[in-house]
Amino acid sequence: MTTPLEVQGLGYELPGKGKGEAGSGRFLVHDVSFTVGAGETLVLLGRSGSGKTTTLKLINRLLEPTTGEVRIAGARARDLAATRLRRRIGYVIQEVGLFPHFTVARNVGLVPRLEGWEPPRIVERVRELLAVVGLDADTFALRYPHQLSGGQRQRVGVARALAADPPLLLLDEPFGALDPITRVELQREFQTLKQRLGQAMVFVTHDVREGLMLATRIGLMQQGRLVFLGTPQEFRQSDHPESKAFMAAA
Amino acid sequence: MSLWEFYARNSGEVLGLVGQHVSLVASSTAIAIVLGVPVGIALTRRPAWRAPVLGLANVFQTIPSLALFGFLIPLPFIGGIGATTAIVALVVYALLPIVRNTYTGLAGVDPAVREAGRGMGMTDWQLLTQVELPLGLSVILAGVRVATVVSVGTATIAAAIGAGGLGVYIFRGVAVVDNTLILAGALPAALMALAADGLLGLAERRFAWRAT
Ligand SMILES: Nc1ncnc2c1ncn2[C@@H]1O[C@H](COP(=O)(O)OP(=O)(O)OP(=O)(O)O)[C@@H](O)[C@H]1O
Ligand SMILES: [Mg+2]
Repeated sequence: MTTPLEVQGLGYELPGKGKGEAGSGRFLVHDVSFTVGAGETLVLLGRSGSGKTTTLKLINRLLEPTTGEVRIAGARARDLAATRLRRRIGYVIQEVGLFPHFTVARNVGLVPRLEGWEPPRIVERVRELLAVVGLDADTFALRYPHQLSGGQRQRVGVARALAADPPLLLLDEPFGALDPITRVELQREFQTLKQRLGQAMVFVTHDVREGLMLATRIGLMQQGRLVFLGTPQEFRQSDHPESKAFMAAA
Repeated sequence: MSLWEFYARNSGEVLGLVGQHVSLVASSTAIAIVLGVPVGIALTRRPAWRAPVLGLANVFQTIPSLALFGFLIPLPFIGGIGATTAIVALVVYALLPIVRNTYTGLAGVDPAVREAGRGMGMTDWQLLTQVELPLGLSVILAGVRVATVVSVGTATIAAAIGAGGLGVYIFRGVAVVDNTLILAGALPAALMALAADGLLGLAERRFAWRAT
């Protein structure tokens, strides 16, 4: 069986000014390497601005890496058409980004529709997914995003990412901006969900408790670099100053 | 003679002129949409074109309409006396609000929504037709509304170059100093502008999607 995600020496250098010039020398992400196996969750932890979101965008090619390589199930990401690649990678974006002119059902069914599924199959899949994220289809399917609470919108964002059953999921602070109670609730549900789904996941957060709870392994980012990679157990005992700073905050 | 008497006696001619006026406005606005919306879309893809294109459209806007009609008359194909010249001039005026609002409407789409679409694997075309245009539609329609209302007014001047329309009464009324005649042309034109404003305003609100 192939590894769902392999990242090798990944880097992103901001482009220089003007055409044909070399890069600016400013790296948003530098020399990041990790692999994520099936059923594993890699939690990317790091302060605001440490390069977590950028790393995710380099994986699904919303940004083209300037160095290094990404392999999805063994295939080089840059050899695949970007749109096809992205439909095979579930992506929960940090700002949720639901389409305001689509109902919840159409938002969730987006990728299946792009992939040309038959409408009855999409309807069924949408019901199934809303149940998975704990939303009652009869109540919510025909609502518009502005008729949902923040937490409900985030659940819809997760359902949308799961829709075409992608073997790899990228989640960018899927529980950000929630009250602590709802947040813990969603984290618990997500843990059970994770076991059921068996996908490979990269889960971004700056909440160390959330990270320790959900991670198979933790990657700690600092100023664009991966300064620590190991199990939650190893993370607790790490001597790296940034790990200590995060543990102290937990 | 009162206005109502005038309408009663000349109902056939009035309806004919109203018809001409509507067709001048409708055809020029339709052409401006067909030309202006793609240009506005292109501007969102080529930021470097934005300033020169909008600048040029702005310059056209500042040419007094009577002068523009005059300039167009000697030109082959698009010029001469009659409706074609009038339509060309009306298109020139309608372009700016439509191009500018198309650009503004698409550029105003929440970047997170656009990013989500790309992240889900939409092609540029799918993103444009399924996300950007529907979400920008209300702003684009506002541009069409402005263009239409202005066009209803400007089209009255088209009578000066033999394109017909309600301006015929206005020019005739000015020539013979007859206020009833001026009013006979101006009143339906004003009502037409109000109706266009109201109807397009409704459509505009229908497509205003609430942000989250
Ligand atoms: N297009 C860009 N041009 C220049 N700098 C950028 C660009 N995009 C992001 N950055 C910078 O890159 C750094 C990493 O950003 P990134 O969004 O990856 O951080 P993050 O770890 O996701 O932070 P947060 O927890 O706040 O979401 C930040 O310093 C940010 O300001
Ligand atoms: Mg981020």
